[in-house]
Amino acid sequence: MKTRVFITLKPGVLDPQGKAIHHALEGLGFSGVNDVRAGKLIELDLADGTSDGEIEDMCRRLLANTVIENFRIERMENA
Amino acid sequence: MKSAVIVFPGSNCDRDLAVALELVTGRKPAMVWHKDSELPEGTDFIGVPGGFSYGDYLRSGAMAARSPIMRAVKDAAARGVPVIGICNGFQVLTEAGMLPGALMRNARLSFVCKPVKLRVENSQSLFTSQYEAGETITVPVAHHDGNYQADPETLDRLEAEGRVALRYLEECNGSARDIAGILNNEGNVLGLMPHPERVVEAAHGGTDGRRLFEGLLETVAA
Repeated sequence: MKTRVFITLKPGVLDPQGKAIHHALEGLGFSGVNDVRAGKLIELDLADGTSDGEIEDMCRRLLANTVIENFRIERMENA
Repeated sequence: MKSAVIVFPGSNCDRDLAVALELVTGRKPAMVWHKDSELPEGTDFIGVPGGFSYGDYLRSGAMAARSPIMRAVKDAAARGVPVIGICNGFQVLTEAGMLPGALMRNARLSFVCKPVKLRVENSQSLFTSQYEAGETITVPVAHHDGNYQADPETLDRLEAEGRVALRYLEECNGSARDIAGILNNEGNVLGLMPHPERVVEAAHGGTDGRRLFEGLLETVAA
């Protein structure tokens, strides 16, 4: 079963990459971009029956650094 | 002093650290591979070197922090064995939960590689006992992810408890409160972004890093 984990910087944590992307978008002439935050998407192919708790454990122990990052788990039901 | 230097795939300052340790202590450190699960018997100092362990995959230091040898490093630190993490080693120690906070991409996104002026904030630690409090030293940095960040409560606690060992005296990477190096609660684990092992003899263009190793030798040998 495919599961997606989205990892984003916590609000308030400076995101230099997001800032650079923002500047680049402005440089290309895109006005009206208020803010950009960059994150990561990790796709996991998991054995059936893997519990939400186990996935959260994976996030806390490795996939995200919870000092600076939040994570969100999205199960892809039809994948 | 029976020191050990941990070697990860992608470490590149392991040899520099070993040379500095041998120069100061007169004894070659054991080079311990990341897949080993034990440190040599009697190890009384551990160095986690700079480099790009595991190609900085996921986050700098993230993979190395979960490698088999790190369990032994954590156990040794818990017994009071001094551990130093330099540059990538600092990133590894924060990722391993041995030091608070995190090292993020430099605020200006660029790799910084230059000698920087630092202030020794705490001269009482077992790593900094040979320096004067408030002394200015010059030590090179070379990193992309050296932007130290932690929540305000953690930063306040580090300051109040004298755990900010070193501070940048010039703009370097955007670190909160210009923090360049911190100690753990017990004072036996130091993480720092600058490379003291690169300034231990006159030919290096400076010797300000040498006293860190001399201080360690004195404390550990005592």
